[in-house]
Amino acid sequence: MAMLEIKGIRKTFGDLEVLKDISFRVEKGDVISVLGPSGSGKTTLLRCMNFLETADEGTIIFDGEEFKLNGISKADQARIRRKTGFVFQNYNLFLNKTALENVTLGLTAGRKIPKEQAEKKGLAMLERVGMLDRATYYPNQLSGGQQQRVAIARALAADPEIIYFDEPTSALDPELIGEVLNVMRDLANEGMTMVVVTHEMGFARNVSSRVVLMENGVIVEENSAKEFFENPKEERTKEFLRLKKEERE
Amino acid sequence: MISSDTWTLLAESFWKILLPGLKMTIPLTVLSFGLALVISILVALIQFANVPVLKQISRFYIWIIRGTPLLVQLYVVFFGLPSVGVMIEAFPAAVLVLGINEGAYCAETMRSALEAVPSGQMEAGYCCGLNYVQIMRHVVLPQAFRTAVPPLFNSLISMVKNTSLAANITVVEMFMATQRIVGRTYRAMPLYLEVAFIYLIFSTVLTWLQRYFEKRLNAYGGLR
Ligand SMILES: Nc1ncnc2c1ncn2[C@@H]1O[C@H](COP(=O)(O)OP(=O)(O)OP(=O)(O)O)[C@@H](O)[C@H]1O
Ligand SMILES: [Mg+2]
Repeated sequence: MAMLEIKGIRKTFGDLEVLKDISFRVEKGDVISVLGPSGSGKTTLLRCMNFLETADEGTIIFDGEEFKLNGISKADQARIRRKTGFVFQNYNLFLNKTALENVTLGLTAGRKIPKEQAEKKGLAMLERVGMLDRATYYPNQLSGGQQQRVAIARALAADPEIIYFDEPTSALDPELIGEVLNVMRDLANEGMTMVVVTHEMGFARNVSSRVVLMENGVIVEENSAKEFFENPKEERTKEFLRLKKEERE
Repeated sequence: MISSDTWTLLAESFWKILLPGLKMTIPLTVLSFGLALVISILVALIQFANVPVLKQISRFYIWIIRGTPLLVQLYVVFFGLPSVGVMIEAFPAAVLVLGINEGAYCAETMRSALEAVPSGQMEAGYCCGLNYVQIMRHVVLPQAFRTAVPPLFNSLISMVKNTSLAANITVVEMFMATQRIVGRTYRAMPLYLEVAFIYLIFSTVLTWLQRYFEKRLNAYGGLR
């Protein structure tokens, strides 16, 4: 049984049909890279999966429970969100909280876990992303790469079953990308289930197990990472890979 | 230039003016501003959360209060309401009117401060498993307060000065006390300058307080 399955997501903004009948499944331990040109609907897909955006149609099956995306109750949303983590392109750390407080707030305020216990957990998570020495810093005292690592620690704190990443390195200066990708690679190696929207071809190829290519609100190709890069099925995928290669050169 | 009997007058009247300042102007300001803060947070939150009906009521309240003079509002409550059977003592009437009046202005300050908090803060809160109330309490409101401190101090300082209008409804605050001394001595110029000076001291203390507050909040990592 898949850990997470998405069936028939549709989403329009006004006249613009951004997601046109998207379905896919995630097995435990999968690391799925979602690729695609700008505006293809990748962010919208992730946001619909975590209810930040309400899809017009579609269902989500999470741990065997099925919910309609546009009819799910607030309580069920919250319950599923507690089992998922979300890492934003622009970090979205709580600006009035220190790195440690960012990691623990969901535990203390959200789940009423005692402060000492939450802090112990928070410090362990900060250590995991190499940010222990910045625990008392506020977001605006941290570099982009450091903020994103704290954001990953925050996502990890809830012991999620899956973490969604929306272009976690796109807002970063080139020299800071590596530190974040390294943390993500470690997570993948530890067996964390992840769905990663990214433009980092190296990550998609070397770290992820599966790749999904989106364009204009549909999935063009879904394949194992190896097949996707070495032996793509679709003409459009070859075109996309060729363009990406040219970009790099 | 200033004759010695003017000095004597100023010295003798100083305490007679400052005392009602301490006993009336300051309590009036503190109570009215406290009321204004409570009203403004409620009214701003209602609008921010888009609560139907209450939101329309909030806009109506702000429209009426900002569109009519404070002095007229004082008269309506103190001299007008008794004719429909509602009698309110001068001091509570002044607190009520000043608080409700300033509440409308502060509500707009609070609303814009709430709207200035990036929407990603709310989304991150949801993704961490917090509910709306928890996010507002721990994330959005503290950040909004930080933005609102300078304009709120503006309101507080103008409130101190607006308390002088309460003299019109028989509250013996600093200005009324001064008027009485002028009535006895016919020395308008030195006495009104003296009370102006005392208002200036009050406002200056508040300006210092504002600086202290902003420093404290900046130690907070200085948002943005
Ligand atoms: N809230 C919104 N209101 C209106 N249109 C939106 C909204 N959010 C996204 N869109 C539109 O939906 C389309 C898909 O956007 P989306 O952000 O999902 O693309 P993306 O694949 O993540 O692109 P990128 O690689 O640039 O991040 C775009 O045309 C965008 O303009
Ligand atoms: Mg995007």
